[in-house]
Amino acid sequence: MLAQLFRFKGGVKPQTNKTISVQEPIAQAPLPARLFVPLHQSIGGAPNPLVQAGDTVRKGQLIGGADAWVSAAVHAPTSGRVLAVEEHVAAHPSGLPTLSVVIEPDGRDEWIERRPVDHQSLPPERVRELLRDAGVVGLGGAAFPSHAKLTPARSVAMEQLVINGAECEPFMTCDDMLMRERADEIVRGIAIFRELLAAREVLIGIEDNKQEAIAAMHEAVLRLAPDYRVVAVPTRYPAGGAKQLIRVLTGKEVPASRRSTELGVQCFNVATVYTAYRALACGEPVLSRIVTLTGNVERPRNWEVSLGTPMREVVALARPRADTGSFLMGGPMMGFEIPDLDAPVVKATNCIIAASPGLFPPPPPEMPCIRCGACAEVCPHELQPFELYWFSRARNFGKTQEYYIFDCIECGCCSYVCPSHIPLVQYFRFAKSEIWAREREKQAADAAKERFELRNARAEREQAEKAERLARAASARTSEKKAPPERTNAVDSPPAAAAGEPAAAAATDADAIRKAAIAAAMARARAQRELAQPKNTDRLSAEQEREIAAVEARRGAQPATPEATAGAAGSGAPAGPQRGE
Amino acid sequence: MMAWSTPPYLLADVSVRRVMLQVLVALLPGIAAYVWLIGPSILVQLAIATLAALLGEAVMLRLRRRPLLLFLTDGSATVSAWLIALAFPPLSPWWLTVVGVLFAIVVAKHLYGGLGQNPFNPAMIAFAACIVSFPALMSQWPALGLKLSLAEQFEIIAGLAPRIDAMSGATPLDALKTALKLGEGAVDVPTLLANQDVFGNFAGRGWEWVSVGYLLGGLWLWQRQIITWQTPVAFVGGLTLLAAILWAWNPQQFASPLFHLFSGGSLLGAFFIVTDPVSGSTTFRGKLIFGFLAGAIAYVIRVFGGYPDGVAFAVLLMNLCVPLIDMYTQPPIFGMKNPK
Repeated sequence: MLAQLFRFKGGVKPQTNKTISVQEPIAQAPLPARLFVPLHQSIGGAPNPLVQAGDTVRKGQLIGGADAWVSAAVHAPTSGRVLAVEEHVAAHPSGLPTLSVVIEPDGRDEWIERRPVDHQSLPPERVRELLRDAGVVGLGGAAFPSHAKLTPARSVAMEQLVINGAECEPFMTCDDMLMRERADEIVRGIAIFRELLAAREVLIGIEDNKQEAIAAMHEAVLRLAPDYRVVAVPTRYPAGGAKQLIRVLTGKEVPASRRSTELGVQCFNVATVYTAYRALACGEPVLSRIVTLTGNVERPRNWEVSLGTPMREVVALARPRADTGSFLMGGPMMGFEIPDLDAPVVKATNCIIAASPGLFPPPPPEMPCIRCGACAEVCPHELQPFELYWFSRARNFGKTQEYYIFDCIECGCCSYVCPSHIPLVQYFRFAKSEIWAREREKQAADAAKERFELRNARAEREQAEKAERLARAASARTSEKKAPPERTNAVDSPPAAAAGEPAAAAATDADAIRKAAIAAAMARARAQRELAQPKNTDRLSAEQEREIAAVEARRGAQPATPEATAGAAGSGAPAGPQRGE
Repeated sequence: MMAWSTPPYLLADVSVRRVMLQVLVALLPGIAAYVWLIGPSILVQLAIATLAALLGEAVMLRLRRRPLLLFLTDGSATVSAWLIALAFPPLSPWWLTVVGVLFAIVVAKHLYGGLGQNPFNPAMIAFAACIVSFPALMSQWPALGLKLSLAEQFEIIAGLAPRIDAMSGATPLDALKTALKLGEGAVDVPTLLANQDVFGNFAGRGWEWVSVGYLLGGLWLWQRQIITWQTPVAFVGGLTLLAAILWAWNPQQFASPLFHLFSGGSLLGAFFIVTDPVSGSTTFRGKLIFGFLAGAIAYVIRVFGGYPDGVAFAVLLMNLCVPLIDMYTQPPIFGMKNPK
C-alpha cells in the first residue's frame, strides 16, 4: 500500500531505546492497598465528587461527574470502600495536591452493571455524551477530552481521520505494545470515531521502527476495515506530534490559530481509540491504562495499571537499579521529573522512566547564545527559537507573540541541539505563562473598570432623578401657591403627559423644573461647603479681612466664577479642600 | 534529585567548544598551503595572536566576573585570533598583531557583552582598525621569492632585524590595482598577469593555493553542518557577478571573476568571516541578502576604493544591516505559508 508522504521540516533523531521494553507482553499490575484517584485528570473542567467517605463503590462506578462540556468523568477503578475525598499529591511537575478519591479495594473487583451500546443506533450527540461519561480522553499524554474533538466543522467536510500510532518519544512503547496485542479493538474503535466525524478516509500513522505493530495493525485492518490505510512514517522526533503526523500523512499544516477540523482533518491516539471502543462496545469506562516502565531498571516492560495506583508501587514492579536518581513521567523529550512517588498513575501517565546520571547526564553549563541557528533548523513549527529566547529573556513578551511563541509545541528539539545548552523550552514556558498571567490581570482590571464606571453612571443617574423629584415637588409647591384651582389637574395627571396642554408649554415647564433643581442643588452645596469651611478664618485681623474682601471682589468680577462651576460639579459630594484626590 | 530537572532530558552531543574546534580544523588546509608557499612565519603570527587573545579574554572575563575556564576553553577567542593572524601581513611586527587581537577581543567582543553579543565581526574590526591606523605596515607583504629562514622571519616579527625594503611587496590585488593606476590605460590586465611574477596560474602566485585551502576547509564545514550554504554562496555570487559584468565589459582593465575569487580575503571571507553566526544574518533569505551585498561591496572597495582589499569593510557595513535584514526576512512558520 503506497501512500504519498509529506515531510515536516526540522525534527531530531535521538537514540530511541525502545527495544528494551518490548521483550515481554503487557502484564496486569496488581491492585495496590489504596488507590488515589484524582478527580481532575483531563484538560478542562474539574469533575465534582459524587461519593463521600464511607461509601462503597463498585468497579466502573462514576465517582466524578463531568462539570462542563470540555471535561471528562472519572470512575472507581475497582470495587471497595471510599476512605476519603481529600487533597493528594498530583502527577504534575509542581507536586501540588489535587482533590482525589481514596479507595480501599475490597479485592472482589465487582463491576457495576455494564451496558454495551451499539453506537450506530444512537444519535451522534448521545455517543459523544457517552464517551464523556466514560472518561475517554486523549491518552497520548495531553488528556484532552475526546468527545470535544469529535464534532466536525460545519463548513468543511471531514476528509481524513488520522490515527496516531507514531509514538516518537524515545523509551516509550505503550502504544507499540497495544497495537501489537489489541489491534482488533483499535480498528473497531476507529469505526466509531469515523462515523461521528463522517471522515472520508482513515490513515493510521506508525513510525517505521515498529514493524510488529505495523504488521498487526495491517492484518487487523485487512480483516475488519480494508479501506483504512496503515502508513509507515519515517522515524524522526516529533513525528508523533498531532500536527506533524497530520502534515506527514495529509500534507496539511495546522497552525496554532486554527482547529484541525477547519482543515478537514482530526487526529486521535491509538490508545484513545481503544478506550472508546471498550467504553461503547463493552460498557467499560476508562479505569486503567498501559504504562511503559523503563530506563534504568532490571525489568523494563509495559503494564496495564489501574488509575490511582501510587507510582511508588508501580515503579517497584520494574525493579529500579540502585543508582536511579529520579523518575520521569512521559518521555525524555517532553516528560517531567516526578516530584513525589506518592503521586498516582493518571490517564496521562504513558511512561515512567527511571533516570540515572549515566542514562541522562546532567547538562553542561549554559553558555551564551551564539545565534548559530541550529534550533531554527530543527524546529518542527519553523519558528526562530533563538529570537524567542532573546525576547523571552528580555521579557519582551509582545515580541515573543509576534514571533509566534504560541505555535511552540514545547517538543524540545531546540534544546536538544543547542550547542550552548540553553534550556530554551523553559524560557518559552516562562514567557507563555507570563503572557497568560498578564492577560488574566488585564481582564480582571478591565472588568473592575467596567464595574466602577457602571457604578458611577448609576450614582449619577440616581442623583439626577432625586434632584428632579425635589424640583418637581418644589415647582408643585409654587404652582400650588400661584394657582390653587389647577392643583388637582397637576396631581392627577403625570407631569410628562400633562393632558390637553400644548407640548411647548410642557417643554418650558420641564426646563424650568431642571433649572430650579440645579439652583436648589447649588444652594445646598454652597451651604454645606460653608459649614465645612476651614476654621482658621474665624479670628482675623481687620486688615486681613479687608485683604480677603478685596480678593473676593476681584474673583467676583471675573465672568465665569470658577467657584460656581466647581460648586455645581461637586454638589452632593462632601465639600472641602480634599476634592480632586 | 538530579541537577537536570527540565525537559528535554536527552541532549545531542554538541557544544560551542566543538563548533569552534571544527572551525579551527577547517582552517588547517589553508594554513598548510600558507606555510608551504608563503613561509612559516604565519605559524609565529598564529602563536602570538592566540596568546594575546587568550590573555585579553582572561583579563576581560576576570573584570566582567565571568567563569574563566568555561569561556577560555570555548575556543571562540582562538578562532578570532587565527582569523586575524591570517588576515594580517605575515611579517607584521609582533605588536601590530597584538594590538589587532586585543582590539578585537577587548573592544569588539567584550565591551559589547562577550561571546554571542558582538554586533561586528571581531576579526574584521581588528583588520579595519589596524589598516586605518597603520596603513603602511598593513600593506607590507613579503616580496615574492624572499627566502628567509624561520629564525630570520622571527627576528623581523620580533623587531630584532631591520624591516628591509626587499620584503615590502604588495598583495597581488594591490599590485594589479597599482599597476593599472600607474599605467593609466596603457597597460592591460592580461599582459600584467602574464608578465609579473606576483601572479600565478589563476590569481596571485602562492596565494591562490592558500585560497584553495580555505575553500576545502569551508566545504568540510558545510558538510559537517557547522555552516550553511546560503551566506558563502551568496557572498561568492555577489563578488563574481560584479567581477564578471565588468570583466565582460572591459577585460583589458578588469580582472576575471576567477582572479578575484582566489585573491585577497575572498574565500577566507566567504567561508570563515561572513559565516560568523553572531554578527551575521540568521534567516534563509537574510543570509542570501547579507552574503550577496557583502560580496558586492567587497568587490567595489577592492577595485575602486583606496584599500588593497574590501572584505573587512564590506562585512562590517553589512553587520550593521543585520538587525534590519533579519527583521524583514522572518520566514513564514508552519501552517502560515498560505494564509487563507
